[in-house]
This record gives sequence, structure tokens and C-alpha cells, in this order.
Amino acid sequence: MNTDTHAAHADDHHHGDGHAHGSFSTYMLGFVLSVVLTAIPFWLVMSGALPSKQITALVIMAFAVVQIVVHMIYFLHMNTTSENGWSMMALIFTIVMVVIALSGSLWVMNHLNSNMMPIHQMTGMK
Amino acid sequence: MSPDLLKLIFGRLTFESLPLHEPIVVGTFAVVATGGLIMVAGLTYFRVWGYLWSEWFTSVDHKRIGIMYMILGIVMLLRGFADALMMRLQQALAFGGSEGYLNSHHYDQVFTAHGVIMIFFVAMPLVTGLMNFVVPLQIGARDVSFPFLNNFSFWMTVGGAVLVMASLFIGEFARTGWLAYPPLSNIGYSPDVGVDYYIWGLQVAGVGTTLSGINLICTIVKLRCPGMTMMRMPVFTWTALCTNVLIVASFPVLTVVLALLSLDRYVGTNFFTNDFGGSPMMYVNLIWIWGHPEVYILVLPAFGIFSEVTSTFSGKRLFGYTSMVYATVVITILSYLVWLHHFFTMGSGASVNSFFGITTMIISIPTGAKMFNWLFTMYRGRIRFELPMMWTIAFMLTFVLGGMTGVLLAVPPADFVLHNSLFLIAHFHNVIIGGVVFGAFAGIGYWFPKAFGFKLDPFWGKLSFWFWVTGFYLAFMPLYVLGLMGVTRRLRVFDDPSLQIWFIVAGIGAFLVFLGILSMLIQFAVSFLRREQLKDVTGDPWDARTLEWATSSPPPAYNFAFTPVVHDNDAWWDMKKRGYQRPLLGFKPIHMPSSTGTGIILAGLATAMGFGLIWYIWWLAAASFIAMLAVGIGHTFNYHRDFDIPADDVIRAEDARTKLLAGAK
Repeated sequence: MNTDTHAAHADDHHHGDGHAHGSFSTYMLGFVLSVVLTAIPFWLVMSGALPSKQITALVIMAFAVVQIVVHMIYFLHMNTTSENGWSMMALIFTIVMVVIALSGSLWVMNHLNSNMMPIHQMTGMK
Repeated sequence: MSPDLLKLIFGRLTFESLPLHEPIVVGTFAVVATGGLIMVAGLTYFRVWGYLWSEWFTSVDHKRIGIMYMILGIVMLLRGFADALMMRLQQALAFGGSEGYLNSHHYDQVFTAHGVIMIFFVAMPLVTGLMNFVVPLQIGARDVSFPFLNNFSFWMTVGGAVLVMASLFIGEFARTGWLAYPPLSNIGYSPDVGVDYYIWGLQVAGVGTTLSGINLICTIVKLRCPGMTMMRMPVFTWTALCTNVLIVASFPVLTVVLALLSLDRYVGTNFFTNDFGGSPMMYVNLIWIWGHPEVYILVLPAFGIFSEVTSTFSGKRLFGYTSMVYATVVITILSYLVWLHHFFTMGSGASVNSFFGITTMIISIPTGAKMFNWLFTMYRGRIRFELPMMWTIAFMLTFVLGGMTGVLLAVPPADFVLHNSLFLIAHFHNVIIGGVVFGAFAGIGYWFPKAFGFKLDPFWGKLSFWFWVTGFYLAFMPLYVLGLMGVTRRLRVFDDPSLQIWFIVAGIGAFLVFLGILSMLIQFAVSFLRREQLKDVTGDPWDARTLEWATSSPPPAYNFAFTPVVHDNDAWWDMKKRGYQRPLLGFKPIHMPSSTGTGIILAGLATAMGFGLIWYIWWLAAASFIAMLAVGIGHTFNYHRDFDIPADDVIRAEDARTKLLAGAK
């Protein structure tokens, strides 16, 4: 690679757009946190520590959400000011979209389920 | 050779897969093959392959990629429109015991292919092409953020189109309708390759669409020239931003739905089957979470084009810029809240149906606001009725009509009567042709001189305009009537002879549209021949308002010798008003990305992989996949990605322009 482009790249990097960069310790912290957050759900499933499967599933989902946040902070270096706030805006937009798609689908499918499934025949078929 | 070995090599591809028993397809193939051979021979004879490869196919210049998208869109328009003519003819003929001329096997493929091609390979390339060409120029940038990715995206779109076109001659296309609802599209009911062509065609093209969405968002957010704040961006750039946000947010849903469908088909999962807890309704729900934003992806840039055209040809600043921007953003969000109106009749309760009915009606408010903004822009303007303006006015009349039938369909009880009828077909053609297609044509007429340095011939353009507009009304107004009478969509034969006259009128309309398309092709040819008379030396043939008109027509590879600085909305208008002087001295070398063939190679491999997966030729799929990884990784070691245009070359180009401008005065 020619050195000019290297220099140009280095230049680009320090334009003061508010790129956040991680240090070794923040990466390690993120890594340890994500390992812990992965290990606990594994242990929950393997040991069957919680009384019901449903509770286990919900707890695992909660861990997954925390895991996402850990990745965003420690690996994607997102905070409220990075990229002039565009990352935060994109995150909020993403959350809105995901919430609409998930809650909407659950609502719609639940309605279809209760209206369209021939419950009596289903129980009769058993 | 043993059958096992043949199967290993060719999968389920055999000689019987070729549709030799369908005379219409064989005839089409003969024509296409002859035409293709003549073209290849011509290109070889004139020795332009090298030129095409080095200057176009491998180019990372956003302007050339934009033009190639437009060519793809227009070529595919011919295919998609051929399907439309065939359907119109079939429906006009198949009365009184006549079966028409298309058998059901062929007819079902024709209507599926028509929908898929028109949305994914005509409307999308036209819209993406215009955004690609115009957005970097409008924001004063030299290229998009990721030029190589842009080239790759384009070729992936081509790859998808190639797969869909291949289905015409090798095997068959889906017979499921353009969204391939299961259980019909599941392996049990569609065991042949049609749905697989559908899936892999869209998956390959979908990669391109998503990546080009990311690319353009990044370009608009990061590469605006100094002074161009968000609220000083041209409206077209705003709509492009919102459209690409919609692309990035919604296309992954399509990818996932199609991936789940392929799992059902390939490995026997039961996401969308009728048994084992699968639910075909979930497919319908998910695909419309993509599908509704998709229609706004298409129409928002068209709104942007109309905004630019209206203010330019009225000689006025756009009325209500801020409200236009907010209307666009509101439509972006609302487009995610209406998807259920595509399946009111599937069995949701009153609360769900009324929620989605009301959100659908609400979306007409920001759209209506836009309509008034355009009207007020024209009010007391000095309107010049050039072609782009004519398309805009045709759009305003046509789109309002389509919007009103849309609000009608948004009322759930009315939808229960009109659902799946020709009324719906008339409605969405009314908004897509009246909105997106007219918008694309307005955009082509408006930016053509920027792209090629000469205007389009107005005579053939006007002929094309009148054929299209009258043809559209003749073709689709009868469908509204038929829909109200209860005729459902996708029918091949009819019993009631009293309906025939409406289909004949619709067929005549389609034929007029055909003449419109023909006139448009003639218009391109005539304009090319008359290019000296139609020449634009100023770079600003329409006395326009935004930055793309500040540079020469066609723009140099680097777009702007010096990055412009913006002080107002309508930056170029403001510069002209303040007596802008083009800088003539002090040019410096310009840092630019270099061309690369990696995009076309990767996309070719992806297409081969899709072909292998469609025909169960597993070695081909695996080999292409591995080759893709190898080429992709290999490309990361390519360090010759950029070069400097020497200052001398810049000086030469700019001096030539100075001479041209002096000659014009």
C-alpha cells in the first residue's frame, strides 16, 4: 500500500466527528461481560434451576437484551454523541421499527389465532 | 452416462426442463436469441467490449452506475410490459367458451413474472438509478461513500434479473402470484423450480438493494458539502434519504421471510406449512411488513422528483419546504404501521382491522399536504410546459384519483367487497404508474441533459406522453368498473359475455401504452441523432435551482473541481443570484476511487450459486460460494483502490468547459 493513502486515512480518522475508540481494558470488560451473560443462560438450561420452562425462556430473553446493550457499548462504541448523534438516532429508529414489527405481529397473529383456529375440531381430533 | 452421475452433475436439470412444448416460449426464445446474437456480434465487430468493460462494467463512478441502473430498468420494462400485453390479450379473447391462447400453466407464470419484474427489476432500478446519479451531485460530493460497494450492488441487481429472465427459457417461473404466498408456494404444491427461481432471484437482487441503501444513507449523512445542513438539502435528497432508510429497515424482513420459505422447501421445516404448528398466515403478515414500506420506497423518490421539477419549471422556490420534509418523514414512519390493510379479510377482529384502516387513512394526510405544496408552488409561477412538467401534472391528476380509491380500500367493510378484485388491480396500477412510472419519466426527461449533455427530443417525448397517459386511463378505468362488478384478479377465462367489452377497451389501452413505450425508445434514438441541435453547453439547460446544475453536462468524473459551499436552500439558484464566478485557476489533483472488476465477478458467482441452488446442482452452488469467499477475501488485499486525477487533467477539462461557456454566450 502506498504511504500517501495511509496518511490520508489517518487524516480522515481524526476529523473530530466524535468516533469513539475502545481501549484494551474496555474490550476486555465487554468480552468478560458477554461471556458471563452467555454462561448464565447455559447454566440455567443445563441445570434446570428455575421451576418452569417458560420462566427460563423469559430470563434468557432478558439476558439476551442485556447482551445486545453490552455489544453496542463495548464493541460498537455507541454513545449519545458519536457520529454527531446519528448512531443514537439510528438506534432509536431501529428500536421503534423492531417494536412495531414484533408487537404488531404478535397482536395480529394472536387475533388470527383466536378468530380463525377451529378450536372445537382441534380438541375433537385428539 | 449413468442416471446417478447425470443427476450429480446437472441436479434436476434435464432436456425436459426446456419448455420446447410451448410454441410461444420457443418463438420468444428464437427472437431474443437472434437479437442477442446480433448485439454480441455488433459489439464484437465494433470492438467495444474492452471499452464497456473498463469504462462501464467495472466503473465505480456513481453517474455511470446510475445510468446502468436506468438501462437495466428500461430493458426489464420491455419484458414486464410484454407480459402485460399477453395478459390483456388473453383476457380480451377468453370469452364465450374460448380458452384464449395461453394455457393456465403459462398464464400463471406470466402474471407472476409481470408483478415481480415490474416491482423489483423495473421500478427499483429506475428509482435507485436516479438516486445514484443525482444524490451525490445534489449534495456537492464527488462520489458515494462506498464506490466499490455501489458497483457490486448494481451487479447483484443484474444477477437477480438474469435469474428471473433465465426462468423463461430454462425451466419455468413461479405460478403463485408476485408474493408467492404459502401453502401454494410450499414444496407440496409447487414442487418445480418456479418458486426457487423466485426466491433466489429476489435474494440475490435483495443483497444489492440493501447494500445500495446503506451506501446512499451514508453518502447523504456524511458527504454533504460545507454549508448544506439537513434543512438545506434538496427535497429529492431528503426523499432519497427516507427511501433508503426504509430499504435498510424493511429489506431484511423480506430476506428472512424468503429464507424461512426456502428452509421449508429445501430442508423440510414447517414455518409456513399447514401442519406441525406452521402458519402460512405468518408469511402473509411478515411479507407485508416488508411489502408496504416497499411501495413507499418506490414513490418517495418520485415525490422528490416532482418537487424538483415543479419548482424549476415554475421558476419559484418550492412552497413549504419544511412541511415537505416533515411530510416525507411522517410517511416514512407511518408506512410501517399500515401493513395489515393488505389482508383485512384474513380474519383479524374488529380492533385490529379498524386500527390499520385508520392508520392507512391517516397516511393520506401528509401525502395530501405534498399535493397542496406542489399546487401552491405552481400558483402564480411562470410555468414552462416542458416534458418533465407535463409528466408532473399528469401525475398530480392521476395520483389523486389513485389515492382516493386507496382511501376507499382502506375502509375495512369496503375492502371485504373489493379485496382481490380488479378494483384493487386498478388502484395499485393507478398509484404505481401514475406515481412511480410518471415520476421516473419526469426524472429521466429532467436529468437526461445532465447525464449526456443533450436534451431529449420534445416531439417524440410528447407523443410518448400522450400515448402513455391516454393508454393508462383506457387500460385501467375499465378495471375499476369490472372490480366493482365483482370480477376477481388473475382470472384466465370468463363466462359472462357482457364483461368482454371492458376487457377489449382495457386491451386497447394497453396497446396505446405499448405505442408510448415505442415512442420513448424512438425518442432516445432521435435525440441521439439530433444531439448537436439539442446540445446543452451551459450545464444548466432548465435554469434550475439545485447543485447538480452547477457543473458541466455531462459532469466530469470528479463532479466538482472545487467542493461547493452552500448558503441557502436551492444552492445553485442562490449562487446564480449572487453572481457566482466559476473558479478558473488553482486546480489541484483530485483523489478518486479506481475501477474494479470484483463487483461483477462476485455478482456473477452469486448468480451461479443461485442457479445451482434452484436446480439442486449442489457442486455448483458450493463451488460458487467458496469462490465468492475467496474473491471477497482476495479483494481485501487489493491496495490499488484509489488514484489521483492529475491537476493537468483537471485544468484541461475545466478549460474546455470555459471555452464552451464562452461560446454559449
